[in-house]
Amino acid sequence: MLTNRSKVVVNKQMSFMERIYLPAVVGGLMTTIKHLFRKKTTIDYPKEKREISENYRGQHILKVDENGAERCTACGLCAVSCPAEAISMTAAERKKGEELKYREEKYAAVYEINMLRCIFCGLCEEACPKEAIFLTDRLVPVSGERDAMIYGKDKLTEKHYNEVDISKRQTPAVLAFKQNKQYQHNQLKQTR
Amino acid sequence: MPKVTIDNHEIEVPEGTTILQAARMIGGDIVPPAMCYYSKLKTSGGYCRTCIVKVTQGSAKDPRPMPKPVASCRTFVMDGMVVQNTTSPELLEARKGVVEFLLLNHPLDCPICDQAGECDLQNLSYNHGASATRYEFERRTFEKIDIGTKIKLHMTRCILCYRCVKVADQLTDHRVHGVMNRGDVAEISTYISNAIENDFSGNMIDVCPVGALTDNTFRFKSRVWFSKPMDAHRNCNKCSGKVVLWMKGEEVLRVSARKDKYNEVEEWICNDCRFENKDSKRWTIEGPRHISKDSVISQNHYEHIDMQKLKLDINRQIKFQGGKQIEEHYSRTQFDESSKKALDAAKK
Repeated sequence: MLTNRSKVVVNKQMSFMERIYLPAVVGGLMTTIKHLFRKKTTIDYPKEKREISENYRGQHILKVDENGAERCTACGLCAVSCPAEAISMTAAERKKGEELKYREEKYAAVYEINMLRCIFCGLCEEACPKEAIFLTDRLVPVSGERDAMIYGKDKLTEKHYNEVDISKRQTPAVLAFKQNKQYQHNQLKQTR
Repeated sequence: MPKVTIDNHEIEVPEGTTILQAARMIGGDIVPPAMCYYSKLKTSGGYCRTCIVKVTQGSAKDPRPMPKPVASCRTFVMDGMVVQNTTSPELLEARKGVVEFLLLNHPLDCPICDQAGECDLQNLSYNHGASATRYEFERRTFEKIDIGTKIKLHMTRCILCYRCVKVADQLTDHRVHGVMNRGDVAEISTYISNAIENDFSGNMIDVCPVGALTDNTFRFKSRVWFSKPMDAHRNCNKCSGKVVLWMKGEEVLRVSARKDKYNEVEEWICNDCRFENKDSKRWTIEGPRHISKDSVISQNHYEHIDMQKLKLDINRQIKFQGGKQIEEHYSRTQFDESSKKALDAAKK
């Protein structure tokens, strides 16, 4: 006996009131009617959206910097931190003339997240040393095909003209860290 | 034979042994880290100061302490010497300062560096360094140079340990590269961008403690922890042919020499083995390379089952069947038979 809520079954004769079942039926209906006048717990989803947390972990985004260059350098820390092994990537070397496209001399030529594997834990975001990957408040749309759930760079990279706001995800501690002059060497200078 | 005490461990060593070598004979955590000293290269050491130790008693004859921390790779032991490494907090503090100096001009571009994950400087700064630098000035920068077609030199990352120079001096007939200029502008360079064409020049990639000299044929191919290290050998008339293949599936991404626990090359390999034979069919693969479990390379690699622990676990389970302990003599006779079966099942 794990709880004290169990009831002992007794095989005793039912009384007349119990045998006609009517009081029990009415009692059940009363419960139903009572719920009709209660506040609804469901929402009208596509028209109405539920309020979500500020740091909700939804679909990933690969950020670009203020010049529109991709921040990701394919360092592989997100992939190695991923407990679901959902991330894979192939690196390539930046050629001359692509400085405005890619921020550093190495970039991710292929970057894939398998959304079926992803458990949205946010460890990739935490591991990223370049502030390239973030989880956003957008939901990942469902699909009937497995292949369509492997998101490549076309779906993940942020468009420069359509930036996704991730400022809410940066806590005061993170912002203070970025302002600190000591860590300026992390921010690559575009000189030379 | 002089007796020396390092961190309360006493050892008797032959005359002319350095403190660092004596510490390595004892082994374990008390071994000072070394960035420039390389036991396989003569006259190496004495540049980086990471191996500093505190000598609290000079010798039995003259028990005065040495006034400053000394470089253990260049200091010979004396009879009755007492040395402190990890047991001295002020020494650890001093080493922290040394690491900060080594990192002064280091670009910290680990995310794009091919050495990341097996880099001595990375490990050193994790284990002994501070989390931040106090340096506020512009770091010195250099253009990256191709040394021949196979080796890439990132001078920005170099810590001037001179290991590659010693490799060229001691392994090859005549060296064509060295350290140019002095002080803050010192740099590794070849004489008027001379290509290094020597059969053993590739070894300078392996001895480089940082990512300054990297394999151009492996450039940005994969992060080291995503490739699987395999011990392999082939018949080579130039070298021993014993190498580590860094594989991804059937593909050989990189070939490197085998390294011991101090990250030093066990046997030098030739450039043919290193650069020209990137085909798994040309190698006899011996099995997975043992990688220390503290290394990021060991992530997601299950090279062997811990047999001792597994045996204990199985033994415990057998003993504890049906909620009660089975008697000792019974379980012992049962153990060998049933654990063998269980181990076979686990292997499959």
